[in-house]
Amino acid sequence: MKQMKAYINGLGMVSPQAMGDVSNYFAKGTTDEEPMLQIEKPNYRDYIHPKQLRRMSKVVRIGMVGAKIAMEKAAIEQPDSIITATGMGCQADTEKFLNAMIDNNEGLLNPTAFIQSTHNTIGAQIALHLGNHNYNFTYVHRTFSFESALLDAMMQLSEKTANHILVGGIDEITEESWKIKTQIDYYKKKGVSASRFSDDQQPGAVAGEGSAFFMLSSEKNNTTLAVLEAVDTFFNPESQEETETRIKHFLAENELSADEVDLVLLGNNGDAVYDAIYEQLAETLFSNTPTTTFKQYCGEYDTAASFGMGLASMLLHTQQLPKDLMQNAKIDLPLKNILIYNQFRNTNHSLILLNA
Amino acid sequence: MPKKIAITGIGIVSSIGMNLEETRASLLNKKHGIGKITVLDSIHKDGFVLGEIKKDHKALLELAGVDETTAYSRTALLGIIAARQAYLDANLSEKTDRKTGLVSASTVGGMDRSELYYKNFLQQEASYKEYIDTHHAGNSTEMVAHALNIKDYISTISTACSSSLNSIMFGARLIKNEVVDRVVVGGTDGLSKFTLNGFNTLMILDKSHCRPFDATRAGLNLGEGAAYLVLEDAAKARAEKKHIYGLVSGYANANDAHHQTASSSDGKGPYLAMKNAIDEAGLRPEDIDYINVHGTGTENNDLTEGVAMKRLFGDQLPDFSSTKAYTGHTLGAAGVIETIISIISLNTHTIFPNINFNNTIEEIDIKPVDEVKSVDTINHILTNSFGFGGNDSSLVISKPELT
Repeated sequence: MKQMKAYINGLGMVSPQAMGDVSNYFAKGTTDEEPMLQIEKPNYRDYIHPKQLRRMSKVVRIGMVGAKIAMEKAAIEQPDSIITATGMGCQADTEKFLNAMIDNNEGLLNPTAFIQSTHNTIGAQIALHLGNHNYNFTYVHRTFSFESALLDAMMQLSEKTANHILVGGIDEITEESWKIKTQIDYYKKKGVSASRFSDDQQPGAVAGEGSAFFMLSSEKNNTTLAVLEAVDTFFNPESQEETETRIKHFLAENELSADEVDLVLLGNNGDAVYDAIYEQLAETLFSNTPTTTFKQYCGEYDTAASFGMGLASMLLHTQQLPKDLMQNAKIDLPLKNILIYNQFRNTNHSLILLNA
Repeated sequence: MPKKIAITGIGIVSSIGMNLEETRASLLNKKHGIGKITVLDSIHKDGFVLGEIKKDHKALLELAGVDETTAYSRTALLGIIAARQAYLDANLSEKTDRKTGLVSASTVGGMDRSELYYKNFLQQEASYKEYIDTHHAGNSTEMVAHALNIKDYISTISTACSSSLNSIMFGARLIKNEVVDRVVVGGTDGLSKFTLNGFNTLMILDKSHCRPFDATRAGLNLGEGAAYLVLEDAAKARAEKKHIYGLVSGYANANDAHHQTASSSDGKGPYLAMKNAIDEAGLRPEDIDYINVHGTGTENNDLTEGVAMKRLFGDQLPDFSSTKAYTGHTLGAAGVIETIISIISLNTHTIFPNINFNNTIEEIDIKPVDEVKSVDTINHILTNSFGFGGNDSSLVISKPELT
């Protein structure tokens, strides 16, 4: 299938990094002290009315802020579609209602947490805030969530049912969900500084969170940051060879060989067992391609690829390659394209290709 | 010429039957599945009625035919049982190089196990930790994908009560855009205390059997279930002489943008969803022969939906009924379960009744079909699913011979 390209005309991110341009983006990496990387709190009142703010959980707040910035940057007041992606949805409200229900043995419960626990709350709140009656979808499939949202948006552009589509990936980390997932080795018990990210021997990833929204449009204009060329996902490859073949096939469909990719952003998350997949690729398929990693700046979460895509959009737009990010990778400017390759425990694999 | 989307396989489990045949028989015989709570271990056991599937975890493990050493949520098990029926019905197990996808919906994911073991998960050395990952909404989809060996494309949608109508819509678009050649679409939700208590705090549960579109309606009954369709390019399905149950001819999604849990008084979202779905199908409102309405039985929903229907259809309102008094509100499975009920109507020329209707709602003055009704002509059916967050979706299903 030949996908319809989408112009990234607006970007709004809330992440562990300070708000702002790419040069601010590597101020905060993972550390030895903090087991998880949390977002740098924006001044919510700049974006959301205090009355509404009170009722919103963190994940809804960061979703609203990301969405509003992306719309403002693209100068679009009413998107034709709103598509959100979230692996865990409204985690804090889900825990709140669940704990209250168990602790009170199903008695005396407050409806607010339940109402806001549904995965589509973020997308719904954005629509409500804008008075937007258009298409509104929420994808919740682990590390395919954001990629499903991108595919949906690209199909709509190709179907010509929408011109400006707001797409965002949002997940929050809570103390409880972190604690629970350390039990099954999804997250590390102790933090790891960005510089030792690749050689920590504890099982699991450094947990993270964030919100990244994009205004994907059918036409290029003076706000365009980069072009989303293609997205693809594959599930449960049987071998490293199959993974390589799938990536090669994706690149070929986009008329590229591995050597022609200017930069690959890999989803290494500090989990040695699964990071081996990336390391092997860096030595084989991408042996002649500059690669680097991005999750030392956002941590691991289901929609972390959206942070990677935000970062890639800024790199392509500014044509600046900060030393912290690039580590040992050597690249000749101008940067024409970036491939983001992410996988979750060798089950959910995804590819996102951006062009300048 | 855009591709037509054919339905070539059906799988369904709910409180009115564990397969298509049982479901059809219950519908015809006005045999509903709402009753006393016997499976869910809740303090509300005697306070509410539910549309439960009367099988405990062990019985579902057996029915699903899965390895009992792996941890499964109720949602995943129901999903496997229903999806496998659809898969086999459409002969998808035959070897082929066609790309096959799975799009599943769930609102509650594996909450039925999480709520049992949550405090264990939080202990220093957790017990039952094999169930931790089954909480994720994506887990139920992946369990179905494993059971059917689907690898080319998988995704999960969660838009509250409209979730599985949206998975049909997304699946149809995946075929039209040639992302996959065929796709298993649907949804699954097992009952949990979390859902029962959540709806209870909203005070929209009827303690007795629900009465959709009745003036005395007092809320909904929750249910559970899973259902899936196999969608394929109609031209290819015809060439292979596959049985086609119906065509997915139109769909639309709109947002009411009124309130997180309540629907608007003018029914803007539902109106747009219905209107746009009919437009997408290239039809006019008068072409619709029957509407399987969302009709939950809450004060708010039925009034809003009625207002929106009157606005769109005027005096020419087609036959309509809510089948939620049969199955209960199955949340993430509701859209696809009601699509399947609509397909049965299409294929048997029978409209299934809105059980428990007696008194017309004064404000809208419309009357649903309240007895099993045979009809001569039934070519196009509209089905609605509306949810929290103002997520409104409608789908048009048409007779296969109509192109």
